Amino acid sequence: MSDIPPATPEAAPSPAAARRAGGAPAAVRHGLTILLPAVAVFAVAPRIYPNGALLFAMMTFLVLAQGINVIFGFTGYLPFGYVGFFGTGAYAASLALLRLHLAWPLAMLAGAVAAALLALLLMPLLRLSGAYFAIASLAAAEAMYQLVSNPALVPITNGPYGLSLQAVYDGPVSYGAMVGVLALTLAILIYLRTSRFGLALQAIRDDPASAATAGVDVVRSRALAWLLSALMAGLAGGVYAWHVSVFYPDTVFDLSFTVFAIVFVLFGGPATILGPLFGTLALYGLYDAIGISTPQYFQFIYGLLIVVLVLFLPEGLVSLLRRRGIRVP
Amino acid sequence: MSREAILQVRDLVKRFSGFPALDGLSLAVGEGEVLGLVGPNGSGKTTAINVISGLIRPDGGSVQVGGRSASGLAAHQLARLGVNRTYQVPRPFVGLTVRQNVEVAAHYGGRGHAEADVDEVLAFVGLEGEADRPAGSLNSAQQKMLDLARALAARPRLLLVDELGAGLGPADLETVRARLAALAQRGVALVVVEHLMNFLASLTDRVVVMNAGRAIFEGDLTAAARDPQVVQVFLGG
Ligand SMILES: Nc1ncnc2c1ncn2[C@@H]1O[C@H](COP(=O)(O)OP(=O)(O)O)[C@@H](O)[C@H]1O
Ligand SMILES: [Mg+2]
Repeated sequence: MSDIPPATPEAAPSPAAARRAGGAPAAVRHGLTILLPAVAVFAVAPRIYPNGALLFAMMTFLVLAQGINVIFGFTGYLPFGYVGFFGTGAYAASLALLRLHLAWPLAMLAGAVAAALLALLLMPLLRLSGAYFAIASLAAAEAMYQLVSNPALVPITNGPYGLSLQAVYDGPVSYGAMVGVLALTLAILIYLRTSRFGLALQAIRDDPASAATAGVDVVRSRALAWLLSALMAGLAGGVYAWHVSVFYPDTVFDLSFTVFAIVFVLFGGPATILGPLFGTLALYGLYDAIGISTPQYFQFIYGLLIVVLVLFLPEGLVSLLRRRGIRVP
Repeated sequence: MSREAILQVRDLVKRFSGFPALDGLSLAVGEGEVLGLVGPNGSGKTTAINVISGLIRPDGGSVQVGGRSASGLAAHQLARLGVNRTYQVPRPFVGLTVRQNVEVAAHYGGRGHAEADVDEVLAFVGLEGEADRPAGSLNSAQQKMLDLARALAARPRLLLVDELGAGLGPADLETVRARLAALAQRGVALVVVEHLMNFLASLTDRVVVMNAGRAIFEGDLTAAARDPQVVQVFLGG
C-alpha cells in the first residue's frame, strides 16, 4: 500500500508550513505578550490594589471562562453543568487537605484529578448533541451537588453544612496558587490557538463528519478537550475553596459560575485567547461595580447585553476587530 | 477486472428505520480506475459513499480496501488508509480559513508520509487566492473546490466524488472535469457520482448503475444507454 503515487506531489516544506496555525513562534509571542503580562499584573496587583477578593474572583472566572472556551469555543459543546467540575474540585481538594492532610500542591492536584475522573465518567454525554448535552451535563452537576450535600455523608463531606479550611488557610499562598492556575490555563489556550490540535477541535465544532474524513479522530480529540476543560475547573475549584476557606455545597455548585463564564466567553469572543480574557475583565468588573450593591440594575443590564450579543455580535467583541481585518489571538 | 481492486464492496445493506437505502450493493474499483456511479435520485449513491468512507455503519455486507477488510473502520481511519470523499452539499469548517481547512486534512489525514503541501493543493483547485478567507465566506462553487482540496490534502488512493459538478456552469464544469482527469492521470482511483453523462463519458468508460439500493448494470456507458432496464429506470420513474 505504499507504492502508490500520491495525489499531490511530494514537496519540500514550504514557508507556508511555518505559517500553519501560528506554530511555535506565535506561541512564544503570545506567551510574552499575553501570558506573562497577565500573570505579572495579577501577581503584583495585591501590593498596589487593596481589593484582593476582587482580584482573586477575577482570576477564578478567567480560568472558568477559558475552560468553557476549550470545550465550547473550540470544540462546540456547551456544558451548562460545568460548575460540577468546579464544585467537585473544591470538595476533593478540601477533603484532601482536611482528612488526608496532604500538602497543598498535592491537595490541589487531587481536586483536578477528581474533576477529571468525573469528566471521564461523563464521557458518554459527548455523544449527545446540542441542547441534550447541555442539559445532561447540568443534571450531572446537580447529581454531584446532591451527593456531597447528602446528610448521610456528613462524616465525610459534612453534608449541607459545608467545610471550613481555616486550620490550613493561607491567603497569600492560595492567591499565588490561583496565579499559577491562571498561568497554566493561558498556556493551554495558547497551545490550542497555535497548534493543529486546536484547529482539529475547531474542525470538530464546525462539522464532526468533515473532521473525521479529514483524518481527525473525533472521539479521542473531543475527549481530550473535555478532560482539559474539567481539569481547569477542578484546579480552580480546589484553589478557590482553599482561599475562601469556608464554603457550602451551594457556594461551589452555584449555577451562576457556569452562566457567568459562558457569558464572558460569548461577550469577548469564543475560540480566541483574548476574547474570554477581555470578556471576564469587562463584565466581572461591571458586576463588581454595580452588581453587588444594586443587583436589579445589574441583572437588567446583563440581560439586555446577552440579547444584544446573541442578536448582533454572536462572535463576541473580537469579531468587531476581525471585520476590520485585525487578527485577534 | 484485470487490475487489482483497490475497493471491493459486497452485498452492502443499509436500512433507515426499515427502509433499505442499500439493498445488496456490490461493486469493485481497480487501482487507478475511474468508475462512474449513476442512478436516479434516492437510489442510494450518497449512502454508498457514506458507508464506504466510514461515516455510517452498514447493516450488512463488507468493504475491502486494497485487499484488506475495512468493515467497521471509522472515517478517520479510512482517511489515513487513503480513502477520501467530497460531499454532495459541501461541508467546510466555516470558522476556519480556507488554508486552515486544508491544513487539518494535510496533518491528520496524511498516510504517514510527508504531509501534502497546502499551497500546492490550494493552487490545484484554484483557491490559492482565497487562502486566508474564512471558509464560510466562499460561494458554493468555491466550497465544492474546498471540499476537493481537503480530500486531496489527505493524499487519497481512492477518492469518492459526490456530484461535484452539480449546479456548476459550463466553464466551471469543464475546470472540474479537467481536475478530476488530472487526478486520474496521477493514479488516484475515482468513484464519480454524476448525473451529467457527457461529464462522465470524458472521464471513464465503466459505470455502475444503481437503482433502489443495488447495482442493476455494470459496463461501459454506451452499453448502459442501450440497456432496457437502465432505460426503464431513468425514463420510467
Ligand atoms: N440519514 C438518512 N435517514 C433516513 N433516510 C435516508 C438517510 N439518508 C438517505 N436516506 C434515504 O435513503 C435513500 C437513498 O438516499 P441517497 O443515498 O441520498 O440517494 P442518492 O444519493 O442516490 O440520491 C433515499 O430514499 C433517502 O431518502
Ligand atoms: Mg446523493
